[in-house]
Amino acid sequence: MRFMMMMIPKMVYPGPEAGPPDAEAMESMGRYNDQLRKAGVLLAVDGLHAPAKGVRATFRGGKATVMDGPFSEAKEVVGGYWMIQVASKEEAVEWVKRCPAMDGDVIELRQVFEMSDFPSENQKSAGPGR
Amino acid sequence: MSHRVAEAVWRMESAKIVGGIARRFGDVGLAEEAAQDALVTALETWPVSGVPDNPGAWLMTVAQRVALDRVRRDKVLARKYDKIGRDLVPEGAVQEDWDLGNGDVLALMFVACHPVLSSEARVTLTLRLVGGLTVEQIARAFLVPAATIAQRILRAKRVLAAAKVPFELPIPEELTDRLSSVLEVIYLIFNEGYSATAGDDLMRPELCEDASRLGRVLAGLAPSQSEVHGLVALMELQSSRTAARTGQGGELVPLLVQDRSRWDPLLIGRGLAALDAAEKLPGPLGPYGLQAAITACHARAPTADDTDWERIAALYEALVQLQPSPIVELNRAVAVGKAYGAEAGLEIIDALASDPVLANYHLLPSVRGDLLVELGRHEEARREFKKAAALTRNRQERDFLMARSRNEGSSPG
Repeated sequence: MRFMMMMIPKMVYPGPEAGPPDAEAMESMGRYNDQLRKAGVLLAVDGLHAPAKGVRATFRGGKATVMDGPFSEAKEVVGGYWMIQVASKEEAVEWVKRCPAMDGDVIELRQVFEMSDFPSENQKSAGPGR
Repeated sequence: MSHRVAEAVWRMESAKIVGGIARRFGDVGLAEEAAQDALVTALETWPVSGVPDNPGAWLMTVAQRVALDRVRRDKVLARKYDKIGRDLVPEGAVQEDWDLGNGDVLALMFVACHPVLSSEARVTLTLRLVGGLTVEQIARAFLVPAATIAQRILRAKRVLAAAKVPFELPIPEELTDRLSSVLEVIYLIFNEGYSATAGDDLMRPELCEDASRLGRVLAGLAPSQSEVHGLVALMELQSSRTAARTGQGGELVPLLVQDRSRWDPLLIGRGLAALDAAEKLPGPLGPYGLQAAITACHARAPTADDTDWERIAALYEALVQLQPSPIVELNRAVAVGKAYGAEAGLEIIDALASDPVLANYHLLPSVRGDLLVELGRHEEARREFKKAAALTRNRQERDFLMARSRNEGSSPG
């Protein structure tokens, strides 16, 4: 089973007046990611650039309207994600609990649909084989 | 509810717990029992007292206590315990290669896959001690009763004890063979999940995932070993095709006609990265690395027609040098046929015709039939497909081959 863990940090992308990133916090997160790797469960991990650098597209009538960030309406901003492969939701939750997140951080855990959850309509029926 | 949490924590922690206790007390059997007792205690007390904040530490503490109690009560064990306290790394071994922080888990993998054990015992013990599966989970995976698995574990522990297998990393001279055994066990588990061997299930993806996980763990513990990365690459790449392998009727879809939009790009990326890691290490690729490189050729081709058959043929040639098997040679014939024309492929097939290993292997006449079709020799091709149909025990395959034996080469309506 695959799960995506989405980090919704309390302190999102502090502005220019904030000091340098907390080295200890980064090291701590690095160690956590190492634990995930060593356990053989980490499939992917990425951090995302600030919303200010991003873009939002809203759709109407097949047309997209694109706006540059930042997005004042956005209450929750995803800062990064992990994709893990585990045997149960309980296992995924255990990993979430171990994340060295900071006060006020939120991690949302959602199961990933497997491709095999969607049976193929058009699978070529070419008979058995290896 | 919390029994599932206990099982999840078990899966995450058991290898470290069993490994840690095995090293401390020098006895894998004792470690397994102590760890099992700790799990049972967790299953009993956590529903009442709640899941502890640090469940791994809780399990380790209880397991150690159980082990100590047992040692105190058993004079034989106590004597053994007195002798322990030495390093995991035997004299003369090169330390840099091993992630000694997790040396316990690595030593556990080597012991669970010890050559003194039967293949079946190694698989069972590895899933139990390193994979953190419960007896019931292993039983379900192999479609046998739980009691059978419990017996296998018991016997395996006795064999290890009788052979006085020490809990330590192999000495450098034995490393290649011992590592080979570990890789073989992991790939056996993967194949058990990947191919139909029993029952109606074509695949048991959980077993594939368990094997992939064990491979990745090993890659982290032994990063300088090319074949470990090779095996990980092979498993990631094969796994990437899971969703495309089964047709609507539950039949297996051959690789060359699979819907490639159902191949998983994430796993392909991981597989190619692992292959890259293997290739970057000194020395040529070993058998797993070569098999991974072959399957990577398929993974890289956007369509079947884009396949680099020449490269595949060359890789099979290298593989057959390391693993001279008629089956590898048969696969080479297919690749050569695609790369250099059916005549070239036929030459290799005909040289194999008298090999006793392939005498009853339906794929030999089946491949021969394919090549003959390409050369327009339809009458001969139909005879080959009929021969192949008679040799296969799989009903779907037989029907498919019989159909080809009737229709191949007949003019389209």
